Amino acid sequence: MRVAHDMGFQTGFLIMTTVEEVTGHATEGDGVRRRDFIFVATGAFGGVGAAAAAWTAIDQMNPSADVLALASIEVDLAPVAPGQAIKVNWRGKPVFVRNLVEKEIAAAKAVTLADLRDPQSLADRTKEGKENWLITLGVCTHLGCVPLGAAEGENRGDYGGYFCPCHGSHYDTAARIRKGPAPTNLEVPEYAFLSDTRVKIG
Amino acid sequence: MSFPWANQYKPQNPFMQWLDSRLPLPRLVYNSVGAGYPVPRNINYWWNFGALAGVALVVQIITGIVLAMHFGGNTLVAFDSVEHIMRDVNYGWLMRYAHANGASFFFIVVYIHIFRGLYYGSYKAPRELVWMLGVVILLLMMATGFMGYVLPWGQMSFWGATVITNLFSAIPLVGDSIVTLLLGGFAVDNATLNRFFSLHYLLPFVIAGVVILKIWSLHIPGSNNPTGIDVKGPADTLPFHPYFTAKDLFGLAIYLLIFCAFVFFLPNFLGHPDNYIPANPLSTPAHIVPEWYFWPFYAILRAFTVDFILPAKLWGVLAMFSSILLLFFLPWLDSSPVKSNRYRPLAKQFFWLLMVDLAILGWVGGLPAEEPYVRISQIASIYYFAHFLIILPIVSRIERPLPLPNSIAESVLGNDVNQAPAPAAQPAE
Repeated sequence: MRVAHDMGFQTGFLIMTTVEEVTGHATEGDGVRRRDFIFVATGAFGGVGAAAAAWTAIDQMNPSADVLALASIEVDLAPVAPGQAIKVNWRGKPVFVRNLVEKEIAAAKAVTLADLRDPQSLADRTKEGKENWLITLGVCTHLGCVPLGAAEGENRGDYGGYFCPCHGSHYDTAARIRKGPAPTNLEVPEYAFLSDTRVKIG
Repeated sequence: MSFPWANQYKPQNPFMQWLDSRLPLPRLVYNSVGAGYPVPRNINYWWNFGALAGVALVVQIITGIVLAMHFGGNTLVAFDSVEHIMRDVNYGWLMRYAHANGASFFFIVVYIHIFRGLYYGSYKAPRELVWMLGVVILLLMMATGFMGYVLPWGQMSFWGATVITNLFSAIPLVGDSIVTLLLGGFAVDNATLNRFFSLHYLLPFVIAGVVILKIWSLHIPGSNNPTGIDVKGPADTLPFHPYFTAKDLFGLAIYLLIFCAFVFFLPNFLGHPDNYIPANPLSTPAHIVPEWYFWPFYAILRAFTVDFILPAKLWGVLAMFSSILLLFFLPWLDSSPVKSNRYRPLAKQFFWLLMVDLAILGWVGGLPAEEPYVRISQIASIYYFAHFLIILPIVSRIERPLPLPNSIAESVLGNDVNQAPAPAAQPAE
C-alpha cells in the first residue's frame, strides 16, 4: 500500500480508497467496503451496456423495414370457376383462393367439431354469405411446405382439400388439418370483399 | 500429459534451438502429431478416420474460400453465379464438385469415426470430453452443411431451408418469433440467403477451433485402442511419427482415390436433381428430402404423427434434436468398465443391431412420408432411443465380459512379449 502512495501518478481517488482499505474506515457497519460497491456497480453498468450492445447484434437479424412494409393485394375472383383454386403471392408466401362446390361445403359442414385437432367450423373460416370462397395461406402449418391441391389434377389428400407432400398432412375442404403431423388448420389471412368478384388480402 | 517414455524434442539445428526458446511451435507439433506422441501400437485401420476427417475439413475450407470468390449471396444472382462457377470460372467445376462431394465425404468419415468410437468404447472415462467435443463438432457440421446446401438457391435449397427453419416454430409461445428472427422475414428470402452465406463461411473455422480442443483433450489420456485397455508401459506404444503418419497417409491415398472417383465420374450422384431448378417460393417439389447425411434424423422427425399431450410436430422436433443430444450422455448411460466391444459379447450384438437400425432410418428418411415407411420409421425410431436409454444401461450391468488381455503388447505379440523388450520396439531417432 505504501508503494501506491509513493507513485506520484496515482489519482487522489485511488489513493483515498487504498487508505480506507488499510485503515478499515469503510468496513464499519455492514462490512461492505466502498470498493466492493464500486466493483458491483461497475460490473452491473458494464453488463447492461454489453447486453444493450448484444441486442442490436441480435435484432439486426429481424425483418428489415422494407420487408416489414405491409403489402396488401387485390385479387379478381371472376375467373375462378366452382371447384377451381388459384395461388397468389402475398408477402412472399402463396395464398390459396378456392371456389368450393356444394358437395365440398356439405362435406366440411358434416364434420363434428369435437373430432378435429383444431376445431373450427367452415363459417369460422369464411366470410358470411361467401362460404364458397375458401381463402387460406398455402403454407403447411407443420414445416412450411406448399400443400398440393390448388392446381388442377394435384393430389388433394384423403379429405378432398389439400395434401402436403413433405410430411403427409391431409387437410379437408375447409383446409382443416385432419391427418398427419401439422398442428393447426391452414391459416386464414386477413381479407375483405371489395365487391362480389374482388377481394383484398392483407 | 503423454507418457513418461515419450520421445523428447531436442532440436539440433541452432536456429530451431533459438526458435524453441522463444516460440516453441515446432515442439508443440512434435508432441502433438510427431514422434513425441506415443500411440497404442495395436490401433487398426478404423483409427484412420480422425485424420481423414481433418483432411476433409481442410479440403472444404480451401475449396470453400475459392468458391466464395465467385459466388454471389443474393437471391437475384446466387443460382446463376453457381452456374457461372461451373461454366466460366477456371476449374470452377472442379472446386464446386470437390466442395459438394467433400461435404458428403466429410460426413462419411465422421460417421465411421463415431461408429468406431461406439464399438471400441472410446467415449468412456477418461475420454468423455473428447467424445462430447466430437458431438459438438457433429452439430456444427450439420449446421454448416445445411446452410451450405441453401446457397445454390435451387428448389431443394429453398424448401430445405423452409422446412428446417420451421422446425423452430414448434417451440411454444416464441416459436414463430424465433423463425422470423432466423429468416429475417416472413419467408425464406434474400435476408436468409445472405446470412446463411455469412455463417456458412464462419462455422468451419469454429469447427477447426473445436478440433484443436478435442485433440488437446485426447492427448491427455492418449488414444484408445481396439482392446480398450490402458497403456501400461513403453512396450504398448509406438511414436505417432513415423509409424502412424505413414499409416494415415496410406489410408488417405485410398480415401482420395474414392473421393476423386466421385468428383470426376459421379459428381451428382449424392446430390438431388431438383436443386438444378431455381428456387420457386410458390411451388414445393413433390418430395422434399434433405442431403443423405440427414436422412436418419429426418426419419425420426417425421415419425411422430399423433398428438400426445404435446403436438405431434413438437414431439418430432424434440425427438430429432434429442437423438443427437443423447450422445452427450452416452459416457454415463453405458456403465460397463470394459471399453471394447471385442470383449463384450452382448453389447457387440446390440452395436450391430444399432447399425442396422440406423441404416433403416436412413433408408426411410429418404423416402416419401407414406405407409409403410411411416410405420417403419416409427419402429426404427423407438429402437434408436431404446438402444441408448434402455438396452445399453441394462446390458452394461448384466453382461459378463470376456477375459481381457494383460497388456496391449501381449494382445499383439502373445507370449512373445517377454522376448521383445520394450526399447527394441522404439525406433531409432
